[in-house]
Amino acid sequence: MNNQGRPTAIPAPTSAAGDTVTGNRGLRIEEPLIFEQDSPGRCGVDLPALPDVGLRLGPVKPRGSIGLPGLSEPQVVRHYTRLSQKNYAIDAGLYPLGSCTMKHNPRLNEKMARLPGFADVHPLQPESTVQGALALMDELAHWLKALTGMPAVTLAPAAGAHGEMAGMMAIRAALEHRGEGARKRVLVPESAHGTNPATAAAIGYSVDPIPATAEGRVDLEALKAKLGPDVAAIMLTNPNTCGLFERDIIAIAEVVHAAGAFFYCDGANFNAIVGRVMPAELGIDAMHINLHKTFSTPHGGGGPGSGPVVFSAALAPFVPVPYVRKDGDRFVLVEREGEGGTAYGRMKAFHGQMGMFVRALSYMLSHGADGLWQASGDAVLNANYLMARLNDVMTAPFEGPCMHECLFDDRFLKGTGVSTLDIAKALIDEGFHPMTMYFPLVVHGALLIEPTETESKDALDQFVTALRALAERAKTGDAAWFQAAPRFTPRRRLDETAAARKPVLRWAPEPERLEAAE
Amino acid sequence: MRYLPLTESDRRSMLATIGAASVDDLFRDVPMAARHSGPIPELPGHMGELEVERLLGSMAARNLAAGSCPSFLGAGSYRHHVPSTVDYMIQRGEFLTAYTPYQPEISQGTLQVLFEFQTQVALLTGMDVANASMYDGATSCSEAVKMANRITRRKKAILSGGLHPHYRDVTTTDAAFTGFDAVTLPPDAFGGEDLAGMVDAQTSCVVVQYPSVFGRIYDYTELAKSCQAKGALLIVVVTEAVSLGLLTPPGDMGADIVAAEGQSFGNPLNFGGPYVGLFACKEKYVRQMPGRLCGQTVDADGKRGFVLTLSTREQHIRREKATSNICTNSGLCALAFSIHVSLLGEEGLAGLARLNHAKAVQLAEKLAGVKGVEVVNDAFFNEFTVKLPKPAAGVVETLAQRRILAGVPASRLFPGEHPDLLLVAATETNTDSDMDAFAQALAEVL
Ligand SMILES: Cc1ncc(COP(=O)(O)O)c(C=O)c1O
Repeated sequence: MNNQGRPTAIPAPTSAAGDTVTGNRGLRIEEPLIFEQDSPGRCGVDLPALPDVGLRLGPVKPRGSIGLPGLSEPQVVRHYTRLSQKNYAIDAGLYPLGSCTMKHNPRLNEKMARLPGFADVHPLQPESTVQGALALMDELAHWLKALTGMPAVTLAPAAGAHGEMAGMMAIRAALEHRGEGARKRVLVPESAHGTNPATAAAIGYSVDPIPATAEGRVDLEALKAKLGPDVAAIMLTNPNTCGLFERDIIAIAEVVHAAGAFFYCDGANFNAIVGRVMPAELGIDAMHINLHKTFSTPHGGGGPGSGPVVFSAALAPFVPVPYVRKDGDRFVLVEREGEGGTAYGRMKAFHGQMGMFVRALSYMLSHGADGLWQASGDAVLNANYLMARLNDVMTAPFEGPCMHECLFDDRFLKGTGVSTLDIAKALIDEGFHPMTMYFPLVVHGALLIEPTETESKDALDQFVTALRALAERAKTGDAAWFQAAPRFTPRRRLDETAAARKPVLRWAPEPERLEAAE
Repeated sequence: MRYLPLTESDRRSMLATIGAASVDDLFRDVPMAARHSGPIPELPGHMGELEVERLLGSMAARNLAAGSCPSFLGAGSYRHHVPSTVDYMIQRGEFLTAYTPYQPEISQGTLQVLFEFQTQVALLTGMDVANASMYDGATSCSEAVKMANRITRRKKAILSGGLHPHYRDVTTTDAAFTGFDAVTLPPDAFGGEDLAGMVDAQTSCVVVQYPSVFGRIYDYTELAKSCQAKGALLIVVVTEAVSLGLLTPPGDMGADIVAAEGQSFGNPLNFGGPYVGLFACKEKYVRQMPGRLCGQTVDADGKRGFVLTLSTREQHIRREKATSNICTNSGLCALAFSIHVSLLGEEGLAGLARLNHAKAVQLAEKLAGVKGVEVVNDAFFNEFTVKLPKPAAGVVETLAQRRILAGVPASRLFPGEHPDLLLVAATETNTDSDMDAFAQALAEVL
């Protein structure tokens, strides 16, 4: 090194092509763990002066060191900026994860959620000081009821799976109320999302799978055969996880109801039909809506979400607390059920995901009824366009039209040595986030593509060009090339088996220091 | 509509490629009875940004923002100063608009954040491992109880009367549907619970809150031993995570699982959500944990990298046998937590905790000087209970009219009980003049 810290000689090339001194590659920068950047005494905040008062901690001693690293603010900014640059995001490109609805996240919604009148309000302030917040919840409830035609809604659940829980609890509460608590079986199609059987099982139901027809829909005859006096409910996703509308849905609802059971609809795919199709007309008793899908609240790398559930008249009395009630021109937050009430309990602390409510309502107001009509239409159009343009080089298990997502299986890869996973990884090198892989389980090597309505035709065409080229290349038997993908990412394929065999779930000081000393 | 890129000519050419006559034609599988013929008439038409801002702005204006007046509310939600860096960073599109990191090669940013978050939570709680977040503290609490039931193969949880009643209710709701016993105790405003004496051979766990919902501080070391001697687990709930910067961590007291609310770091009040559930436990229980876990591994070039791991516990693999049905969690709130904790670091976090405690000590002294007011707690962190000569709910309402948010009446949390008790919290955001204004106004209305 010279005295400006620059190397004085070009380092000899090492084994891996493209190695640099720092390990960085242009804009792709290696970033150590925050714990590896510790300098004791550094701090990224300046706190107000500490008043000179004694401790009143009673029987408990002040703790010793915590073990956190010390960094200044600019170091922290740089750390997270560099980490952010290792992520793909919908802001950066097409993110066609089927079932996940990665659509544009308008920044207006972020701005609205940050208004101090929403973000800086404590959940236990007196009701008189939060009338606007309660009005917003009431307005969101109004939209959700109008868009589904259902008479009641709970805003409490924190995400889709939590909504499933709220809905299935309502069904159980209703059954118990009419003395039919002995119904213990829930019918779930094999194509269902994992949260459906997990939810049913979590509240004490046994899960009975129902098979699909060759058309990728519930087999009505098989369903009829499975119905009986011990069935509590069916949990059916519609549009289903194959991206298809359940054509027989009204007949399904009828046979389910005739058997004395309830119809729970997983509404994760509401995006396809919002503003165009009225769930109430389909015979549904309860349906969760993922505000973080259909109504575009950002996924944030895993959450938070919000999963309101709409209810039929039969289930409306069995909602969890809290809920908002209008009393003249005032809004009342009902936090506890009174005497004789049928609310079954509480799903989470406080009143629901308010920050998500604001974003979702901002999205709804921006679209209006006309915009939502157009949005679901475009979502379905985009998916069918992809289906039409890929159908000849990939293999679709089911006939279209599809709804908001199109599904392929891996028959087109048969005998090539290339797998669904390999296609996904090769797509990454082409600059796209892959589609959902290996879900739904009813299709071998599934590739589930959901473009959403916020993609332009140009973006779709570019994606099609890339995917067609990959499908054709796979057929030439270039398996090794696929298996080496991705090549241009901050990390190549990661060893998931090793991660699970000997889990390292946190940084720890000792081994790290030893390593550094080596 | 500004969010929709397709033009009419795009639509026409795409329909031609598909071979469909119209978009409606693509909906032909939907029964006619359920289809609208056009936009829903009872909902309004689209709006520009300006109109939406006006409408939502007018709703926001009908709320009293806690930061616009002296505010002393806690009870599971705390107003702290969040450094500007936090909100700027979490709004970077690469964090904000990414999904759960299913494709690790292009999600190393989110994954490294989760690995660091898990480490921070483990360090703060004094536990071996932590997961990548739950919905909130209350659902963490209930999941912890269900995990204890699985580990001990027992079905009776004992919930302290010091537990936040929302946490209690989420757990008892789960108990009613999942089929376990949740034994609840009366509100523990004055101390004296004998939890150790209640543990029997059927008990899977005891759940305590630290500090309790009334602000009381107990050393749970002996309770942990009593539980473990009888094969039960001790679950420690923390609703004010800043306290972990000053108090002996639950792990050091022998807690088996810690279920906490992380909102205090990085996350605004948000009228109660979204928040971020923290979940930490002893390493030996890791395979019974709910939720996502991020682990370290290497890539094909031998470089360190991170992936979601141990997913055979989760719903997408195990379906009806999963440890929990959780899928979406609180990723972005966890990021906010993590950035705030990184900014604070060792010194800042200890300093912030010490400052919160000092503010509360000051406030307790000022309120104790108000005639008729009695501070119930000897010991507390940043929140304590006071006894008023009048029903607290009315006092709080009256003070709110004078733009002072005086605290949470115990009767709001425990309807019909302890009408004269008020829970009062102080944080670094409260100034001396806030506290004086509160004490003076209180003296005037009592
Ligand atoms: C069909 C379906 N059902 C349920 C869920 C669960 O929703 P959440 O992740 O919000 O809990 C998802 C999303 O992952 C889904 O795609």
